[in-house]
Order: sequence, then C-alpha cells, then structure tokens
Amino acid sequence: MAGEAELHLRDRLGRLKGFGLLRGTRISGELARLQRQLEKISEASDEEIWQHIELARHPDRPYTLDYVERIFEDFIELHGDRARAEDPAMITGLARFADRTVAFMGHQKGRDTHERIRRNYGMTYPEGYRKAMRVMDLAERHRFPIISLIDTPGAYPGVAAEQHGQGGAIARSQALMSRLTIPIVACIIGEGGSGGAIATALADRVLMQENAMYTVISPEGCAAILWRDAGEKVKAAAALKPDAANCLQLGVIDAVVPEPAGGAHTDPDEAARLLGEALQSSLEDLQKVKGEELKRRRRARFRSLGVFATATPEVAAARK
Amino acid sequence: MADRIDVSIEHRNLPQPSTNERPHPNTCPKCGSHYRDDELAENFWVCPQCNHHFAVRARERIKQLADEGTFQEEAAELRSEDPLEFFDLKPYPERLAAAEVATGLGDAIVIGRAAVERVPCELAVMDFQFMGGSMGSVVGEKFARACESAAERRVPLVSITASGGARMQEGILSLMQLPKTVCAVEDLKDSGGAMISVMAHPTTAGVIASFASLGDVIIAEPGSLLAFTGPRVVQQTTREKLPEDFGLAESNIRFGHLDAIVGRRDLRPYIGRVLRLFSRDGR
Repeated sequence: MAGEAELHLRDRLGRLKGFGLLRGTRISGELARLQRQLEKISEASDEEIWQHIELARHPDRPYTLDYVERIFEDFIELHGDRARAEDPAMITGLARFADRTVAFMGHQKGRDTHERIRRNYGMTYPEGYRKAMRVMDLAERHRFPIISLIDTPGAYPGVAAEQHGQGGAIARSQALMSRLTIPIVACIIGEGGSGGAIATALADRVLMQENAMYTVISPEGCAAILWRDAGEKVKAAAALKPDAANCLQLGVIDAVVPEPAGGAHTDPDEAARLLGEALQSSLEDLQKVKGEELKRRRRARFRSLGVFATATPEVAAARK
Repeated sequence: MADRIDVSIEHRNLPQPSTNERPHPNTCPKCGSHYRDDELAENFWVCPQCNHHFAVRARERIKQLADEGTFQEEAAELRSEDPLEFFDLKPYPERLAAAEVATGLGDAIVIGRAAVERVPCELAVMDFQFMGGSMGSVVGEKFARACESAAERRVPLVSITASGGARMQEGILSLMQLPKTVCAVEDLKDSGGAMISVMAHPTTAGVIASFASLGDVIIAEPGSLLAFTGPRVVQQTTREKLPEDFGLAESNIRFGHLDAIVGRRDLRPYIGRVLRLFSRDGR
C-alpha cells in the first residue's frame, strides 16, 4: 500500500510543480510540505497511525480558544443560535486577522473536568450548528471571510440532540456553506469526527494539522462494529487511514499544516504561528477569486470526491 | 370455591418458543403474522394485520411508484473500488461481491428517469439490503448524477432513502459523500429544481445528515427510524432513558422535522400530488 500511496503523492507533487498558476514562496512551502509527507508515508505503520490519533486527542493539545487568543486580535465571541439555546461546544465570533475582519467558528473542548462537562467534550448539539449558521449568514452579508476550526469527537449522540434535529442541522449547515460567496478556510486541528466535523468543514480550502485526524467513525466505534471488539482500535485506525498524509493523498484535504516537533502541545505558540501562517496564505489566495466563482469551485471540489469504477457493459447487462 | 380451570393441556401443546435469532423475513416482527411473498407484494409489503411496513427492495419500490414501463435506469455500470484496501474480518471487495450476488444490484442505490402518475421525474432509491444501504463513493456519485439528470431535464427529483449511514470501508471518502451530495442538491435547487425526500426505515447517520434532510418536501413512512444516532448507541453513550418512540417518524413529526407521514399504500398518489404541485409544465 505504501508503494501505491507514494506513487499517488509523487504524482501530485509532479503536478503541483508543473502547475503554472501555483507560484511563489507559498507554493514552494506547499511542495516542501508534500515532500515531507512523502517521506513520512513511505514508512507509516499501524502503530504510527495510532500515534497520530493519540496526539490528536492529547489532553494538552491546544484547543480552539488557545489558537484564537494567539492568532486573532479584537476577538468578540458571539453567543446563542437566536432560536433556542447557547451551545458552549461551538465557539463563534468576529475578529481581526491579517488586517481584515473575519468571522470565526470552532469546536471547543474543555481543559479540566468542569470545563469538559460544560463544553460537552466538544460535542455539539444542533443549536451549535445553528449558531454557526447564523454567523455564516452574518459573514456573507458583511463579506467577512470565514475561518472554521474543527476539533470534535462527533456531534452529540443524545436524546435531546436527536429531538432538536441533529441530522437536519448538520445537513443544513453544509448546504448553507455551499451557498456562501465569501472565502471559507477550514482546518482540522485535533479530532475531525464524522458528521460533527463536516458540518462546518465544507470550505474552499481544507487544511489539516500534521497530527490531527479526520475520520468517518472513531476507531473504537469502527472496531466495535466491524471487528465486534472495541479493543481492535489500533487495527481499525490503520484501516480507516485517518491521518493527514492519507487524507492529503485521497484529495480530502488541500494541505498539511506542520506542527512543532513532538506535536502541537509541546509548543502552542509555535503551533499557533504555523497555523496562522497557513490560514493567512489560504485566505490571500482565495480573496483573488470572485464570489460566484468561489462558490462554483467549492461545489466542484466536493462534487469530485470519491473513487469508483465503471463495470463493462456486459457485466452491467448480465445483471439485469 | 371452584377449582381453577385446568389449563395444563394448553400449556402442554404450546408451540416451542422460536430459538431462531433471525425470524423469517416474511413474519411480521410486530404482530407475528406470516405471509407468502405474493401476499406481501400485493399489499405493498405492508402487514395487512397491523400495518407494519416491511423493508422494500429498490426494484420493488420502483415498481410500486413508477408508471409501468417508464423507468429507465441510469449509471447502472458504476461499481465501488477499494481505495483504502480496507480489510477488517473480510476484505472490502469480498463484501462488495457478496452483496452484489445477494442483491443483484451494483451498489446500494438505483437511479433513473421515470414518471409517477404521468408526471416525469427522476428517481433515486436506496436498497438497505446492499451493505445496510451504506453510502460510499458509488452511492454519492449516483445520487449526484440523479440531481444532474433532474436539473438537465427540468423535472423534480424523488429520493427514497434507507440507510445505516456512511460506508466505513471507504473511510474518510465515505464522509466526503455528505458534502458531495449536499452540493449536488444545492446545484439542483439553484437550477430551479425541486427535491422530494421520502425517508423509509431506517434513514440514519450520514444520509439523514446530508441529502435526505434537504428535500423541499420531506415525508416519511410510518414507524421508520429517522435519527442521526440510533437508539442503541445513544443508550450506550449517554445512559439516558430513551422515550418509547425515540427517533421514530412519529417523534420526528412532533418535533418539526417532517412535513408528513404517509403510509406506503398512499405513497404513490401522495408523491403524484406533490410532483404536480412542483411540475414546471403549468408555469
């Protein structure tokens, strides 16, 4: 597998190098990053993939608000979905970033037990997505670009969350993002857990930190269903390939944001600087593109995701 | 005082309680009545005794809804690949092959052009028998093509869902089918097209968190489970006491997530009526 993944990445690297539109230092940064990923992917084992998961969930890993205070100026938090409740698992607000006003949203986990409970471990209720949607509307009206940070084990699986329409809220949040004509940059900074993550990740640029994970189901959940044993989580994680290198290779993310050696928690200031840089360069690229064109490209980007084959007409006919 | 009536003879002749873990598929799980295939087919796969809605296969559903001879399948040739080389207890390609043999379908959705009550439309019908109706790259692609076909022909799209969610074996790519199908629906809506979403049992996780919830009109079959997270996982994770009707269509309509609950026997005329309302011929 590593051999094939390597080929894909080399191919991508080759295309990037030959792509006339991509130029300047930022692109060489991108190339260097891809190169580094290439070096990594050729040797990723089950245990190494599991290490990414452990780092993504590390209790000292910087959370959304740690980045907010380091990256933004004049941040004001906006509370409440204007309909039913305030969801502390989702932070939204406005801030100054690189000389412009941006709208911001991000999942927030808690650092100590008390805060973890208050933030519901970063697991959003439908109200959290509706709050994000309200801020998206506000951003669209004022032409503020959107920055969305993703760090959630998943949308909250509770009775009230279901009754308040968890599935519909996730669907409608994505639908709204596909309609916006302002630049949107998303970055997975820890756990990108399934529907809870994609609800606010339908962006023009999807970035991912080096040690973050992005997955359709938690390795534990996958192991419980397919292996019928949650203890097989390391195997399940390796099979799901939720690490940044694999996500890049599959075309799910556009770039990997490097972290300080040892993981973001070893040096949150440096991690924030690297993240800020990546967000800024992505926003600058996107702001050259007109709104309707941004929207068209954003939809085309997601429309193209997936891998499938075409059966021969004989096979198709034999089945009928 | 009279002696109690001796019922030992009834007890002695009581049939053994079934030890089968999986009862016969034609035995009604609600009332225990048993039917032949043709009896159920005649009755739209609804229990004549207690109105329980049995699962309907995609082709059978199309037969129930589309005017005879109008259905033309599209994108039948698409097949799943194995981009992650996923291997749990079995390799993914083996599961796919087994599902194709068992169901006669290329994947968990069938799409095509059709007419319902003489109104032309596009149909996208999921089949729960194919790997739990899970949504991988092929389901996402075929659904997106159904949206495009509907937009091109300026007809409404009728989607009928039955799915356990995203297909784990395709990892993150299966999660990407959520935004993919959402974008396809939004393109259809931008073109002036309408989408009617019919949620059948069960419509859960990745499918309810994407296109199924985006219908201009959303209807559900009675008794169907429509939830982002199913009752077992909610119970295990939260230890909450679940209401009796947790996640069911009847609960969803009370909380405002559905336009109507329509029994299967009335589904075709109901869809016909909605299609006429959205038809662009009269405008």
